[in-house]
Amino acid sequence: MWEYSEKVQEHFFTPRNAGAVQDANALGDVGSLACGDALRLSLKVDPETEVILDAGFQTFGCGSAIASSSALTEIIKGKTLDEALKVTNQDIADYLDGLPPEKMHCSVMGREALQAAVANYRGEEWKDDHEEGALICKCFAVDSVLIEETIRNNKLTTVEDVVNFTKAGGGCSACHEGVEEILTRVMAESGQTFAPAAPAPVAVAMPTPPTKMTGVQRIRKIEAALEAIRPNLQRDHGDVELIDVDGKTVYVKMTGACAGCQMAAVTLEGIQERIIDELGEFVRVVPAELMPKSERAYG
Amino acid sequence: MTTDSGIQGIYFDNNATTMVAPEVVEAMLPFFSEQFGNPSSMHLFGNKVGFAIKQARQQVQTLLGAEHDSEIVFTSCGTESDSTAILSALKAQPERKEIITTVVEHPAVLALCEHLAKEGYKVHYLEVDGKGRLDLDAYRKVLSDRVAIVSVMWANNETGTLFPVLEMAEMAKAAGVLFHTDAVQAVGKVAIDLKTSSIDMLSLSGHKLHAPKGIGVLYLRRNTRFRPLLRGGHQERGRRAGTENSAAIVALGKACEMAMEHMAQEQTSVRALRDRLEQAIIATVPYSFVTGDPSNRLPNTANIAFEYIEGEAILLLLNKLGIAASSGSACTSGSLEPSHVMRAMGIPYTAAHGTTRFSLSRYNTLEEVERVIAAVPPIVAQLRKLSPYWGENGPVEEPEKAFAPAYA
Repeated sequence: MWEYSEKVQEHFFTPRNAGAVQDANALGDVGSLACGDALRLSLKVDPETEVILDAGFQTFGCGSAIASSSALTEIIKGKTLDEALKVTNQDIADYLDGLPPEKMHCSVMGREALQAAVANYRGEEWKDDHEEGALICKCFAVDSVLIEETIRNNKLTTVEDVVNFTKAGGGCSACHEGVEEILTRVMAESGQTFAPAAPAPVAVAMPTPPTKMTGVQRIRKIEAALEAIRPNLQRDHGDVELIDVDGKTVYVKMTGACAGCQMAAVTLEGIQERIIDELGEFVRVVPAELMPKSERAYG
Repeated sequence: MTTDSGIQGIYFDNNATTMVAPEVVEAMLPFFSEQFGNPSSMHLFGNKVGFAIKQARQQVQTLLGAEHDSEIVFTSCGTESDSTAILSALKAQPERKEIITTVVEHPAVLALCEHLAKEGYKVHYLEVDGKGRLDLDAYRKVLSDRVAIVSVMWANNETGTLFPVLEMAEMAKAAGVLFHTDAVQAVGKVAIDLKTSSIDMLSLSGHKLHAPKGIGVLYLRRNTRFRPLLRGGHQERGRRAGTENSAAIVALGKACEMAMEHMAQEQTSVRALRDRLEQAIIATVPYSFVTGDPSNRLPNTANIAFEYIEGEAILLLLNKLGIAASSGSACTSGSLEPSHVMRAMGIPYTAAHGTTRFSLSRYNTLEEVERVIAAVPPIVAQLRKLSPYWGENGPVEEPEKAFAPAYA
C-alpha cells in the first residue's frame, strides 16, 4: 500500500470540485490512458479580469491522481490565469503534504492540465513536450527518458556522471543496474562501449590526522559545512539546523520540506560526509529527535 | 483483522498470500523452542527435527502425487524454485540456448527470462488469446532440440486461467525437452498427480496454501539432470545447500496435509462462493466483465474488469470498508503500464486499469461474499462520476474520441 498523507486521503475520499463546470469556457485534457491517468480540467474564467471563477475536474486515475486534481482546483480558484500558471507541480504536492515519488507524475499531470486549459481559453495550441518513461530511480523519481536524454546531451559515460547530472542513483543505489543498462544502450548509439569504472583503488578517506581543535573551532567548521549544503536543501524547500555536538555525534534538525521527507536519511548521510570532509575526523550525524531526552535543551 | 473504524475485515486476496492456518501455526511453534536442533546434528536435539522434516517431505509428496519423497527439494520460496529450475536446465545443457515460456507468466519467471535474453539466450514467448488461452500449435512449432527448458505456469495468478500443462509436458517429453511448471497458484486448489505426468520440475510456495512465507518447494523428478543454485552443505541431498528452515518445513507439511483434506471443498464450496460473488457483481454493475477463461480456471479466483475507472481507486475505497482485493492497474504495481496479463489478452486500457481480482479461500463465508456484493456497485458508481469517460448514465459516446488527451 502506498504511504499517502492524511491530506491525500482526504482529497481522495471527499474530492472537491468533482465534475464538469457548467458554462465552462476553458478545457484542458491531458494524460495517458496507457499509464492509467487522464484528467479533464474545466474552468469558468471571467473574460474581463481573467479570474478563475470556478474549476472542476474529471479524472480517470488512482487515488493520488484524484487527490492531485482536487487540490489543483482548490489552489487555482480565485486566481487570475497568469497567477494560476505560476502554480508548479511541487505546489500541488506540497498542498497535499507530499506524494510518494512514484506518484509525483500525478501532480505533473495537474499542472499540465492547467496549462492546457489556459491555452484552450486563449485560443493557443498547447503541446506537451513531456515524455515519460519507466521509473528508474525511486529515491528521486527519475524516469528512463530523462536519464537517456541527459546521457545523450551531455555525453555521459559513467553511473557517477548520471548521479551528478540527474540525481538518479544517488540514493539507495539499487537502480545502478538499470542505469548501467541505459548507459550501455545510449552509448552504443554513438559506437561507444560502456565500461563500468573498475573499482579504482579508492583513496581511502583517511581523514588527515586531526590537529587538535577547540570545541568552538569544531562547531564553526560544522556550521561551515552546513552552510555549504544549505543552498541544495533550500532548493528543495527544506533546511537544516545544528542543535548540538556531543563528542563524535552531531545533532541536527531537518526543517521545511526536509522534515519527514522520505529522503531524510539519504540527506543526513550527505551532510555527514560533508562534515567529515570539513573536520577531518569521523562524526555521526543524527536527527535531533534521537537525542537522549535528558540532554535536550528544549521540549 | 478489523479496520481502524472497527469493521471486521474481509480478506479476498488469497492469490497474493493466505492466512497461516491455526493448526499449521501450532505444528510449527515447537520448532522455534524445544525442537531447535540442527537436523544435521548427531545428537538427540537434531534427530527429532530430522524426523519431522522427513514427515513434512512425505506430506508434500502426497499432495503432489510424487513417486518418491526424495523428489521434494525444500527452498525458500516460489521464486527460488523457479530460478533454480530454469538456471539448472541451462547449466546442465550448455549446448541448448533457447527457452520457451508464455507472455503471462509471473515475474519470477518473466524477469529471469528477460535477463537471460540479455545474456544471449533466445526466449520464445507463447502468446494468449482474449481469454488467456495458449495456442498449442504455436507451442509445437518452437519445440526443438535447441530448447533447454519449457516453463509454463499451471494457473495464472491474475485470472486463475489454467494452462494444459499435462499435455504440454507430454509434448515436451516427445521432443526431448525438459518441462517445468510454476504451480504456485494451483497447488492445493486443483488435484495434482505428478507420478503419472511428464512434468520434470514444479514450483510451489507455502504461503499460497496457508503455510507461512519463506518456504517453497522444487519438485525434481528422479533422474532429471540437475545443477544446484546454492552449493555448500549436503542439505536436500546437496541440491539446495543451507541449513533447513525446519519450522517452516514442518508448517508446509501440515499445510499440505490440510490442503489434501480440503481439496474437494475448494472445488465445491469455495467455487460456489466465487460464482455467487462474480455473478451478482456482473449482474448489478453495468460495463463490467470477467477476464480470463471462465470455463477453465481456479475455483477461487474472480477477476472482474470495471470499465472507465482505475483499479487503485477501487481498492482504496474497498479498503475503507475493510475489503481486501487487488488490481491489475498500473498504479498498484508502481509501473506505468497496466498488468502484462491484461495487455496480453488484448483488454483495452479503459478496462485493464480497472481490473479487480477477488481471490477467495476456504476461510471465507457467504456472509462476506454478500457484504462485498453490496459494497462494489456504489464504489464503481462513485468513481465513474469522476471519470471523463463516463456521462450521466453510461460511457460517453465513443469515449476514445470524446476524450483524447494531449499526450498518449
